[in-house]
Amino acid sequence: MKWKEDKTMSNNLKTFTKGLIKENPILVLLLGCCPTLATTTSAINGMSMGLATTFVLVLSNVFISLLKGFIPDKVRIPCFIVVIASFVTVVQLLMQAFVPDIYATLGLFIPLIVVNCIVLGRAEAFASKNPVWPSLLDGLGMGLGFTLALTLLGCIREFLGCGSVFGLPILPETANILVFILPPGAFICLGFVIAIVNKLKKESH
Amino acid sequence: MAKKKESTLINMLVALFVITAVSGGVLGLVYSLTKDSIAKVELDKTQRAIDSVLVTDKPIAKYEERVIENLTYNLAYDDQDQLIGAAIKTYSNAGFNGKVELMVGILADGTINKVSVLSQNETPGLGANMDKPKFKNQFKGKNPASYKLFVKKDQGDVDAITAATISSRAFTEALRLAYDGFMANKAEFMNNTPIEDETPVEEEVPVEENNEMEGGQDNE
Amino acid sequence: MTNYTISGSPHVHSTENTKKIMTRVIIALVPALLVAIYYFGWDALKLTIVSIATCVLAEWLIQKFLIKGPLTINDGSAVLTGLLLAFNVPAGLPVWMMIVGGIVAIGIGKMAFGGLGKNPFNPALVGRVFMLVSFPSAMTTWPAPKPLFPIGHVADAITGPTPLGLLKEGLKADGATVESIMKMHGENGDGTFIPFLDQIFGYHGGSFGEICAIALLIGAIYLICTKVIDIWTPLSILLTVFVFTGICWLVDPTRFIAPWYHLVYGGLILGAFFMATDMVTSPMTTRGKLLFGFGIGVITVVIRLWGAYPEGVSFAILIMNAFTPLINKAFKPKVFGVVKPSKK
Repeated sequence: MKWKEDKTMSNNLKTFTKGLIKENPILVLLLGCCPTLATTTSAINGMSMGLATTFVLVLSNVFISLLKGFIPDKVRIPCFIVVIASFVTVVQLLMQAFVPDIYATLGLFIPLIVVNCIVLGRAEAFASKNPVWPSLLDGLGMGLGFTLALTLLGCIREFLGCGSVFGLPILPETANILVFILPPGAFICLGFVIAIVNKLKKESH
Repeated sequence: MAKKKESTLINMLVALFVITAVSGGVLGLVYSLTKDSIAKVELDKTQRAIDSVLVTDKPIAKYEERVIENLTYNLAYDDQDQLIGAAIKTYSNAGFNGKVELMVGILADGTINKVSVLSQNETPGLGANMDKPKFKNQFKGKNPASYKLFVKKDQGDVDAITAATISSRAFTEALRLAYDGFMANKAEFMNNTPIEDETPVEEEVPVEENNEMEGGQDNE
Repeated sequence: MTNYTISGSPHVHSTENTKKIMTRVIIALVPALLVAIYYFGWDALKLTIVSIATCVLAEWLIQKFLIKGPLTINDGSAVLTGLLLAFNVPAGLPVWMMIVGGIVAIGIGKMAFGGLGKNPFNPALVGRVFMLVSFPSAMTTWPAPKPLFPIGHVADAITGPTPLGLLKEGLKADGATVESIMKMHGENGDGTFIPFLDQIFGYHGGSFGEICAIALLIGAIYLICTKVIDIWTPLSILLTVFVFTGICWLVDPTRFIAPWYHLVYGGLILGAFFMATDMVTSPMTTRGKLLFGFGIGVITVVIRLWGAYPEGVSFAILIMNAFTPLINKAFKPKVFGVVKPSKK
């Protein structure tokens, strides 16, 4: 169980990077698809949702790792949920106060971070079994992987559906393919992005 | 590493209690820190919507809010207590997917200044285009006394949104509601006197307004 | 070769193959295409050519470079998908939208599932619904039919909107009845509603392949005679629609149009005979086909009368396509030569 000194650097790096591509929560683990499908109507929405989740993920991982000796096994899930829900509420209040425009579009989905599988999943699978520092890196890596996937989907959907990327108009309005900013477009996009990632992974092996 | 606590009743109770108590405390703290900004943001949002539909070259000295028959009138006066116009929150239930809420700026002479869409549920790409400048800017500077607030299909003057006649009709219906309400109460708005309506308007408001008005006249 | 599985006897050799079937369906659609060209001229022909070319090219590219499997481009199924897809759009549609629709029909509707025979949904309808949701304005802007050489009295009076669309929109107004709407848009109005007999020849707005009931029926009879399709699915669909709308009409003739109009309006005939009968995506047994048709009929009517869209045939067929595997499971053909053990 002890974190080995000599391998610390490379192990830490691995803990951090595995969430980006190899175990990307959306594209590989397929966890947390509800916010993915619902909020990626534009690049900025996807990125904001990703960053909000990253914030919760890092803090909940750190605190759960700190508290792991204190929490008895039988009540660990309620404890994890309380910790996660608290951070989500903090994020919600902060967003409401300081980025009201983004809050207006994402508002409904922020509380749902509580039940995002990836947050509880990392708490259960990693943070409750590892020390603080790796847990932080794991949360950060997973969170950034999540953000990366959401931003990518948001870019694709915004480009095809609205003809712009991050609000910058690229194509004329007449060239919009509306379905991509509607729910079916989210499924189609996610499916194709996962297919491409799988193909790339297969080829690199 | 510390050993896991046994799952005894007392341990579980303590753990749950401490964690929920600390969480509650932190949340209370964050809430009290952000409360004021959130309230300000909410207020700004409404005010911004009102301001945006009443942009003219005349500076607005004060606002007054009145509610008459489901419509909220935000009356704007200049420093001489002359009515500049009103930002009216109006609605129609005849949208393709239900309610459409608009904020309409109507100037004192009845001319429509600007319209902004507060909420709508229309089909993206069709009815939702009511928020596009191409459609909603056509009303700017039009006076419904001479400009018929009906879509062209219904023998009016409004260019409907392509392939979304129902949404366009709902939009014009909301505008008509606001315009008719404004014209019906215009005399009272102009004089800046309280309205004697069956619906109980807050009692204090008229008194204050009277005082203000008298104060204004004194200055003149 | 382990690809072949041998099923129970009897083994019957058939000269039917995919190519033959597809060719016959395409021939059956020719009358409707000619009518479309008669009413919409170059636009209809152009969109048909673009659609077919896109579908064939998309299938070839995907098979050659993505799947790297055997090329089945010669079986004609992509041509048919392109033809049916083109039939489902308004004649004024921009060419690039038609291309997007064709790529989606083949790419998402068919090849993403592994090609012909593996697609759960009718590819042409996948493309059509994708376009309808993506380009709601262009897909519901119907140009007025302009006959190449006008015959009869109605030629000039016709404008764009579809009868079903007008009804749906009109009935939302207070006090409007079917009668008042039909009068307003009748022969003396903009001519959308004209005598019933003229309607079945296609004098009304709509997707260019679906307007002429007669031309489609001629094709359908050819298909039934050559045993490419059997009558059960279309019969079940048409009967369900007729009975269901008939009941509504009898209950309240001011709010519901007579059932025979429902049969000729919109894409019902095209859908019932040419798309619901697609061999890949419809049930195999007669009882299954009857249930399948009943489902399509009910969903179509529900969407037409109470849904957000004026027309629902394509949605109905796609929804029932999803039920096809279940229906096939529920109504398995009897295994030949096996006596069912009696329950005792």
